[in-house]
Parts: sequence; structure tokens; C-alpha cells
Amino acid sequence: MKGAENVHGGHGQHAHLAHHFTSLKQQYESTKLGMWLFLITEVLLFGGLFVAYSVYRANHPEIFIYGHKYLDTRLGAINTVILICSSLTIALGVRCAQLGQRGLLILFLALTILGGLGFLGIKYVEYEQKWKHGLLWGKLYKPQAHSEREMNSVESIENPENRDTATTNSIPLGNAQTASEANNGADTSLEQTQSTGIIVEATSRTNLNQAETQGHSPESATIEDKPKNVQLFFAVYFAMTGLHGLHVLIGIIAISVILVMAVKGKFSPMNFTAVDLTGLYWHLVDLIWIYLFPLFYLIH
Amino acid sequence: MTETSKTSNYENTFQEEEHIAHIVPWQVLLYVWAVLMVLTYFTVLAVKFNLGALNLWIAMGIATLKATLVALYFMHLRYERAFYSFVFIASLFFVLLFVGLALMDTISYHPELIPGYAPGVGQ
Repeated sequence: MKGAENVHGGHGQHAHLAHHFTSLKQQYESTKLGMWLFLITEVLLFGGLFVAYSVYRANHPEIFIYGHKYLDTRLGAINTVILICSSLTIALGVRCAQLGQRGLLILFLALTILGGLGFLGIKYVEYEQKWKHGLLWGKLYKPQAHSEREMNSVESIENPENRDTATTNSIPLGNAQTASEANNGADTSLEQTQSTGIIVEATSRTNLNQAETQGHSPESATIEDKPKNVQLFFAVYFAMTGLHGLHVLIGIIAISVILVMAVKGKFSPMNFTAVDLTGLYWHLVDLIWIYLFPLFYLIH
Repeated sequence: MTETSKTSNYENTFQEEEHIAHIVPWQVLLYVWAVLMVLTYFTVLAVKFNLGALNLWIAMGIATLKATLVALYFMHLRYERAFYSFVFIASLFFVLLFVGLALMDTISYHPELIPGYAPGVGQ
């Protein structure tokens, strides 16, 4: 990107042409190849996470089927639409840069940034819900009982009043024996845990105490057919969408820099490479989300 | 030179210095966007039908179709040198290889798995 802006006076060349290139076209194509090489490293970076996803899902489809019910398909679909729209706006922006239409370029860049911010805003809402309900990775996975009830009704998750009532009227009681075993982290024998069937890995500490004092409770049936190790789903979910979200954030910063440069009038039909490359990056972020959306939100 | 004649010049000529890269018509971009929207709608719709293992393949197929459209038109791969496409497809090939081999390996251990237990996860 920097190479395109190097100005070497006294060569009798175009102002935007670095002296080690013979023509603007050659310079453009070299720069672009460099960007594509960077993009494939990004693809390979996400590739490792896709492997993790595939292996875990192949081995434990039940965890993914159960876990995905906590995700809000509507919010995911809205985010997909937002990213595709922002891809369109930056593609139009690149076109405007190529044609030297500065005003429209600024407009489209600003719209793209808005799209990116909207995406992150919705992502924040989603993450916050999961944080509140203890739907996190590894040992942080401590699902609240009310989130178990809410998971089938999206409305109650989004409605604070419903959430409060759900909190008060549901006292989570797992199978006390298995819960304490799981929480103690001791070497539980496989036969024992398997025979009990229902595992409440991570009831919160207060819930656990209640369960211990009251002994075995028939209410454990409310947590029926919950697979073990659901935290795996959330580990993969947060790793993949988190890394993707980081890319969205970096993309927003990059586009903001381009926007400032556009406002300063740095781009012309002879010098639009920076806009083009930023666009490529943004499209790649869109591409990855196109796969993440069905893989996490649309599990059947 | 007026703005419009300049524009048509960039879009049509392939002369050095005059033409650096292809300029995609905005109608094409809008059309691709509309198709992407329709495909997004389909992929959300498709999950409502229970087709067993086919659901995953349909979702991945639609996603790949969308990704192809984005790469070809938004990322200009259709209009650029084929070498960029080669580089990109090579990376996808290696990711597929990575996923495929890992899956083959892990599936071969399926019979030994204890249901509900994940590899490398302690209790």
C-alpha cells in the first residue's frame, strides 16, 4: 500500500509510480498479488479453526445441535445481511475511487464503516447475553438454569422483564451427586457418570449448595437430554466469531484510514490501490462470515 | 476531457497507463448483491426442512455459491489475472485438505469414543 504512494521526483515518471516498477499497471498487479498472498494466510489462519470445528462436530454432533439453540438465528441473519450490504458498499466505493468520484467514495466508505459498526454492535448484544448466562468456554461455562428455559424462546431473552421473572421462578436443581462430582473435578469413574445419565457440569455454586442440602431432586428432569461438554461448542463459537470480530474491527480501522485519505483527496483514477486492497480485506471478512453463519446458527 | 468521456475511456481501453484495472459496472455489483440476499434467505429457509445429513451439504453449497459470487465480482477475480484466482483457490484447497484429513483421522476413532466425552477434555 505504501509503495503506491511513494513519490519519487526527478524520474520523469508518474507521481504515484515507485521507481522500481516500469508501469502503474505492473505496480498495481504486484501490490495486488501481495495482498492476495496476505489473504491466503488469513484463510489458512481460519482454516485451523475450521478443522477444530469439523473434528468436534464430527465427534459430538449432539453438543452442536444442543449448543446452537442458544444462538439467535435472527441476529445472525441480520448480521449476514449487514456484512453483504457493506461488501456491496465498499465494492461500489472501489468503483468510485477508480472513476475519481471523491464524494461518492467518501459516502460509500462511511456506509461500510457503519455496516461494520452495526455488525459489531449486534455481536456485542449476542456476546453479552451469553456472558450473562454463563454460556462461555471451558471452566467459565456455568449455565444459569433460567437460560435453559429461555433458550427456546428468543423473546424472553431479549425482554428484560421476562428474564427477571424467569430468574426468580426457576430454582435449578441438578442431580446433586453428579453435580458435586463434576464440580469437584475429581476423577469420577466413567461408569458412574454415564449411568446417572444427566450431568449438570456447572451449576453455579449457590445452586450446587442448594442441591446438596436437598439431596436428589426429581426436578433434574428439567435438564433432560443435555449433552456433556457443551462448553466445547461455546469455545469453538467464541474462538471463531471472536477472531472474525477482531477482523471486522481491524477492517473498520483500515477503512477509517482510507476514509480520512479520501477526504484529503489522496486518491485518483491513477492511484486507488489502497482502496482496492482494503476492499479485498473487507470482502474476505464477509466471505468467512458467509461460512460461519450456517455453521453456527443454522445447525439442524 | 470531460468526466464522462474519461470514464468510458477507463472502462474500454486496455492501453498502458490509461487502464490499470477493470471497473465493474455498478449494475453488476447490485445484481450480485441481490442474488446474495436471495441466497441468504434460502439458506435460512432451508434449515426449516429436515433433510438429515443433506441439510449441512445444502448450507455449505449455498455458502460456497455466495463465496464464489463475492470472490468473482466483489473481489474482481473474474476480471483480474488468473494467477490471483490460482493463489486463492490453492489456499482453499489446502484448507479442504487439512479439514478432510483431520476428519478422516478422527472418524476412524469413532468406535472407541465414549459418548459425550470429547478428546482432551477432562472431567
